[in-house]
Amino acid sequence: MTDHCAARVPVEKIKFRRRASATLAIIGNPNSGKSTLFNRLTGLRQTTGNYPGVTVEKHAGTVQLESTAIELVDLPGIYCLGGYSADERIAVDVILGRIADTPAPGGLLVVLDATHLYQGLYLLQQLMEMQVPMIVALTMTDVATANGIDISIDVLKKHLGGIPIFPVATTTGRGLDALKAALAGVVDSPPPQMPESWPELSQAADRLIEQMDTPVPRIDVIQALLHPDSVHLEILEQQLGKPRIAEARFTLFADEPPQAVEARRRYRWVRDVLGEALQQAPILERFEAKALRWLNLPWPATLLFFTVMALVFQAVFSWATPLMDGIDALAVGLSGWVSAHLPAGMVSSFITDGVIAGVGSVLVFLPQILILFLFIIILEDSGYLARAAFLMDRVMRSVGLSGQSVIPMLSSFACAVPAIMATRVISDRRARIATILAAPFMTCSARLPIYALLIAAFVPDESVGWMNLQGLVLLGLYMLGILGGLTTAWMLKRTALRGPKPDFALALPEFRWPNLQTVLIKLMDRIYIFLRRAGTVIFTVAIIVWALAFFPRASAIQTDMQTAIVQAESTLSGESLQQQIFQIENEAAAAQLSQSFLGRAGRFVEPVFSPLGWDWRVSAAVIAGFPARGVVVAVMGTIYAVGEKAEEASLVSKLRSATWPDGRLVFTLPMVLGLLLFYAWCLQCTATLAVIRRETNSWRWPIFAWTYMTVLGYTGALLIYQIGSRL
Amino acid sequence: MTLREMQAGQKARIEKVDASQPGVVRLMVLGLIEGAEVLFGNAAIGGDPLEVSVFGSAISIRKQQAGNFRVTPIDSND
Ligand SMILES: Nc1nc2c(ncn2[C@@H]2O[C@H](COP(=O)(O)OP(=O)(O)O)[C@@H](O)[C@H]2O)c(=O)[nH]1
Repeated sequence: MTDHCAARVPVEKIKFRRRASATLAIIGNPNSGKSTLFNRLTGLRQTTGNYPGVTVEKHAGTVQLESTAIELVDLPGIYCLGGYSADERIAVDVILGRIADTPAPGGLLVVLDATHLYQGLYLLQQLMEMQVPMIVALTMTDVATANGIDISIDVLKKHLGGIPIFPVATTTGRGLDALKAALAGVVDSPPPQMPESWPELSQAADRLIEQMDTPVPRIDVIQALLHPDSVHLEILEQQLGKPRIAEARFTLFADEPPQAVEARRRYRWVRDVLGEALQQAPILERFEAKALRWLNLPWPATLLFFTVMALVFQAVFSWATPLMDGIDALAVGLSGWVSAHLPAGMVSSFITDGVIAGVGSVLVFLPQILILFLFIIILEDSGYLARAAFLMDRVMRSVGLSGQSVIPMLSSFACAVPAIMATRVISDRRARIATILAAPFMTCSARLPIYALLIAAFVPDESVGWMNLQGLVLLGLYMLGILGGLTTAWMLKRTALRGPKPDFALALPEFRWPNLQTVLIKLMDRIYIFLRRAGTVIFTVAIIVWALAFFPRASAIQTDMQTAIVQAESTLSGESLQQQIFQIENEAAAAQLSQSFLGRAGRFVEPVFSPLGWDWRVSAAVIAGFPARGVVVAVMGTIYAVGEKAEEASLVSKLRSATWPDGRLVFTLPMVLGLLLFYAWCLQCTATLAVIRRETNSWRWPIFAWTYMTVLGYTGALLIYQIGSRL
Repeated sequence: MTLREMQAGQKARIEKVDASQPGVVRLMVLGLIEGAEVLFGNAAIGGDPLEVSVFGSAISIRKQQAGNFRVTPIDSND
């Protein structure tokens, strides 16, 4: 694909594409405008890749300059080099060159938000101590001017140890050319002077370095002094002995937490500098600001939150439906065309039931994921996500989590995979894992087809008061998911993940109109990551399930089918012949499946599931659903010999009349309710397991999650069936 | 008086921060330190967490931590 495209680019253009001669990392506070600047400078020359052994994706791009090219790396936002959340730690590790096989960047492009210099200058002091070349982009100058803030660049420069400062308004493009032209020279420029705010710290570090046999960089010593859990502390203690380090730390911090002393020293300096450099003109509060202030009052804010969430849900579920139906129809049509043009057999089945169905099962998620991502990115870009975390913090605290878990939890109603990736912003590790384990309980979109089928078949379409019974059962299933997830988080936080209440120190950005270009680029990026993470797994799993249901082939069944068809052709004609052949083929498919690996597995485990009221057919469908629950309805269609793309009505009537060998009905109400509960609580999704494995970087949590949820689902279904059948 | 007891729209200067309490250092890293002038914003429903701005940046802070920041109110017409 890429090769194909590259071949079409005229040769003259390729000559002008220079290879990057140096790498700069973009670093700054969250919401300071890093991604927007990155997008503006690199255009669409970006790639999303991996750091070896690290969860967070690497965003890199090249800036083409007059005589050279520079690689830019975009990083998650940070407030300090401490780094609390997974996202923040990666940013710190990258700029300090702590990631294996990834050299430290040659210099830094520090993004300072002109409207939030207070926190920006705090981080900048820490960065200055790294002693690497750097350049500052002062973003949001347009907003600052509109707010009556006048910043003296000369005063700032005087205090910032010679770092070049470039004021820009990224969204309008003002100042970008000057900044761009300066990028080429950064890596060869001298590092800034040490910050004036806290000379004792660097002096203490230098004294320690003098006493070392193999000196380490000054920033490593500073980090070790400030962060007792730092990797460098051990190395230092080995070289110098514990007492000398302890003494240095005591002189600097006495009995206070090091970062508290650091905050006092550095912010005092920031205040002095800003006092000198900032002029705030009195401005009239604009109507917009007044309206926003009203919306931040407790009740309006909460009301707005629920309205926004209702809107997101409405969009995810109703706007996506036509698209999903379209994709389904396309897959069915394509399969039909292939089966009509290829001789029946393994190749045709592989293409239709394996490949097309597999790709379809990935694509069918896309509309919902796309709409979900679109809304989340808009909310994030406008600054609303932090506000949502703020509003819901109290509620989440009751189960031991913080407001930061709200958005991942809500996302998991569409799909657990992006939800689990979204937990990277959670600063408390235990709260993050608890959220990861709660997310798969939420009713994701892959559960809906099974819910819909079973509810339509077995729950009477009656009204209860002003509600419909079928709707009530569906609502109940959603509640069961929420209950299961929150209880799990609550229990884990009380046992395995016991620890102090998660901190909640969150900056609340002000409202901003989202920028279209930023939103679209972020959207494409997340879709791409989703397809790579989840898509590949879902597709592979679909192929494996197809193979288990296809092999081994019994040739006797095929010959019997041929004979039956020949016989039918001699006695029937027209419409009734077509129907008869369809019937014969479906029965043959059911017979094949019954003796396939999947069918055999269903029979093999029937004793395990019969206490739940499931016969081998249901068991086989459930087993097929373990790798990915999306295939269950199709497998049921084949097993009950109505064809896998059957009309729902014909499958429903088959299910209703399915019996045990002794004539009892299989699908009784208690059995169906148990089966629904099983689907609500089981972790039947390999993509989710894979992403848990990746994000927690261990096998322990995916194995635990799978076992725990399976046991929970099984026990629940067992209780409902056993008690229900005795009533 | 501590940050806990402030009213929406009130301004104050932070006098003393008890950094030994859990979760307080995180807030200091965001700029809530001695000498900083803060403006109290709106709380969430139920009065917790609270919103406090310093130098134009709003920060969310839980009631429990807010009790560790001693403040003196400033007249808003200063
Ligand atoms: N007015 C204005 N808005 C900006 C500027 N730079 C970024 N933004 C907006 O600020 C918001 C946050 O920017 P983003 O790049 O996502 O910040 P990041 O979190 O640091 O990557 C987005 O809505 C941008 O459109 C700027 O210079 N001027």
